[in-house]
Amino acid sequence: MHKLTRATLAFNGLGRFSIAEKHLSAIKITSRGLVSAEHGHDSGKNEVYDVIISGGGMVGSAMACSLGMDPNLEGKKILLLEAGNKKVMDKVPENYSIRVSSISPGSASILSGIGAWEHITKMRCKPYKKMQVWDACSDALITFDKENLQDEMAYIVENDIIVAALTKQLDCLSDNVQVKYRSKVVKYAWPLPHQAADSIPWVKVTLASGETVQTKLLIGADGPNSMVRQELGIPTVKWNYDQSAVVAVLHLSEPTENNVAWQRFLPTGPIAMLPLSDTESSLVWSTSHRLAEELLELDEESFVDAINSAFWRNENQSELIETAGSLFRGALSVIMPSAGSPRQLPPSVAGIGPKTRVMFPLGIGHASEYIRHRVALIGDAAHRVHPLAGQGANLGFGDVACLTQLVSQAAFDGKDLGAMQHMLQYETERQRHNLPMMAAIDLMKRLYSTNAAPAVLLRTFGLQATNMLPALKEQIVAFASK
Amino acid sequence: MYANKFGRVMLALYSRNTATACGGLSTATACGGLPSAAGRSGFSWTAVCKQRTLWLQRTACLNTQQNPVPCHVSARSASQTTVDPDELRRFQSLAGKWWDEQGEFSALHAMNDLRVPFIRDNLLNVHGVRHPGKPLRGLRILDVGCGGGLLTEPLGRLGANVLGIDPVGDSIGTAQLHSSTDPDLCERVCYRASTLEELAAEGDEAEEEQGAGQFDAVVASEVVEHLADLETFAFCCNQVLKLGGSLFITTINKTNLSYALGIVVAEQLLRIVPGGTHDWDKFISPVELERLLESNGFSVQSVQGMLYNPVSGAWSWTASTAINYALHAVKVRDDPHTEQAGGGSSTHPEDHPTAAPHS
Repeated sequence: MHKLTRATLAFNGLGRFSIAEKHLSAIKITSRGLVSAEHGHDSGKNEVYDVIISGGGMVGSAMACSLGMDPNLEGKKILLLEAGNKKVMDKVPENYSIRVSSISPGSASILSGIGAWEHITKMRCKPYKKMQVWDACSDALITFDKENLQDEMAYIVENDIIVAALTKQLDCLSDNVQVKYRSKVVKYAWPLPHQAADSIPWVKVTLASGETVQTKLLIGADGPNSMVRQELGIPTVKWNYDQSAVVAVLHLSEPTENNVAWQRFLPTGPIAMLPLSDTESSLVWSTSHRLAEELLELDEESFVDAINSAFWRNENQSELIETAGSLFRGALSVIMPSAGSPRQLPPSVAGIGPKTRVMFPLGIGHASEYIRHRVALIGDAAHRVHPLAGQGANLGFGDVACLTQLVSQAAFDGKDLGAMQHMLQYETERQRHNLPMMAAIDLMKRLYSTNAAPAVLLRTFGLQATNMLPALKEQIVAFASK
Repeated sequence: MYANKFGRVMLALYSRNTATACGGLSTATACGGLPSAAGRSGFSWTAVCKQRTLWLQRTACLNTQQNPVPCHVSARSASQTTVDPDELRRFQSLAGKWWDEQGEFSALHAMNDLRVPFIRDNLLNVHGVRHPGKPLRGLRILDVGCGGGLLTEPLGRLGANVLGIDPVGDSIGTAQLHSSTDPDLCERVCYRASTLEELAAEGDEAEEEQGAGQFDAVVASEVVEHLADLETFAFCCNQVLKLGGSLFITTINKTNLSYALGIVVAEQLLRIVPGGTHDWDKFISPVELERLLESNGFSVQSVQGMLYNPVSGAWSWTASTAINYALHAVKVRDDPHTEQAGGGSSTHPEDHPTAAPHS
């Protein structure tokens, strides 16, 4: 459709300028118009796109939808490249999938703005209203909830459902956005900053099929081991945690209202139970590599026992900490008698879902630059975090919203989409938001990775004090909900 | 180095322009010893300039034994061409550097942040057509003095059919090369090495039956301060525009402040602009420009001041038009003096570009 429009425009242009023009350029327009009319089928001869997004995961697909729906980008050519297959979900599968994400209200509104949230709610999602986070080494706990348990704090959505919803939305946008599945990129060629006589000023992408495409703006959404980032040689601050996460679907002993997210910090790492439905929850247990392997090898009953005791047992608490903790709590309740909340216990687990449990290694990573000339990184390609705060996907969706808004404004101002000016704005804005969040998550992880008394006392007091201050808790929730 | 070049160019410009003003001669002789540019002191420059031009005029007139009655002297010649050969030469040497965003033209690149929205929004107000993604679709725009196409390309991306003209052939070559790789622009953006008068004359011949102009808008950004004859320019703009079409001009005001900041600071101290780019006598105040345009069939719709921040390298809108300003005018009638091409024989006294500097 694009080709026909361009050919028509070319002929119109010819007619209009025939008076003023006695130029070669008239002939050039005709020939280009004819050539582009021939490209009715995808011959991939260095076709120039306005935007190419590399990576069709949650964040990449969301970016494609977001750009495709933007009114200022109407008529622009957008391409999404995904190495895997198209994820169609005609019917929601009965069994829950093991990879889930906590979607904050901010991300939910971004997804609803691109029309995907509607599909998600029709398929399956679980809102939760309260979160309880507590320590294994002491009695300290903190609960987050919206006032009177009315509003939802966040939503637990399976990753497959998010991708399927976005794919469905992309199908509706096929005019603007083209998606190529099973297209693995083998090579990127970067443009020179200054235009030389023979050089092509666009980013050139070579696919495994041999096809090459060019673009004015490349968006790298290809995950924590981003090829785009590596090929650009962007220095990345990253290290691996000595932890792996074990994920599984849990069947609860009895049906319950299940609208609370539970997370307990064990010395080996946090264990989290996230609600999926009244009878099922998702497990994310971050622990040392060795322990994670052991957990995978346990039979179902022993695994369930391990989970229950991780949530319920108190053997890690020493006398000193207990006394200190209760003294502090007593002191605080004198100052603020009404604050604080009683400790609740998570529901007990009876069994695990039919899909096997898996483990994956955890690490942290942050690209020192999110942008280069004609390239931008979004999602895990730019930043990778520990799942303990449930923020990984949300940071990615925040990148999508920010970059879309800036690219849209640039298009409305007639700017070159790959120009550094608006991309620098994206980098500044997102780094300012992402870095504090990542630092906080990393700090939490380190603080809770030990059962040395000083650290435990510090975090005990800190947690209890924070729990008593509703204003501070509201700030934390607001920051995490963006 | 720049100061010397500036001085020498100023010398040459003054002599040439005033000589031609007095008798239509285009001699290249320097008229006696002119005070060097470096000899400026702190009192009112307007007074100094006024004195100098009058002195030059008297000297030139005596030397060439022309009509002893002091004629109107302007820094521009009352010739039939808008092009000043010195300006041509200067921009020729810079022809390859247009697209270096950190180079000599960085301030012009940054100015797009103001002038593209200015043009776009005013055109949308006038035409009211809404095409999401291509807001200026269907409009024909002429970019006079397009240089390397810095403003032509964004307008093309917004969907307009743009013709960029510039007398410097090398600049047109640069512009064509830069836009050739973008399939989006190729169809809508064209360039020609031509002057405005040539284009207007052509259009005239071709469309005599219709008597209508060809363009919805004419953009002359940072151009009028380089022209030799503004009267002809305004007349030609009127000719090529449709009735109700828009004229967008951005230029520099003729004030003490614009001298201090626009020439001394910008060219000599901070080197924001290459030395010798601007001639203060060619600057024109908004009032003067408005008068000129209204006598050529335009109605000025808005005038907005612009300010450049050399630290951030960004432009911003400002209330004061003391230095840079942008102007939007609309053609309300065809120019009545269609037979009298060029301003030399114009009978209306107020149409003469006067020498008295306006601060």
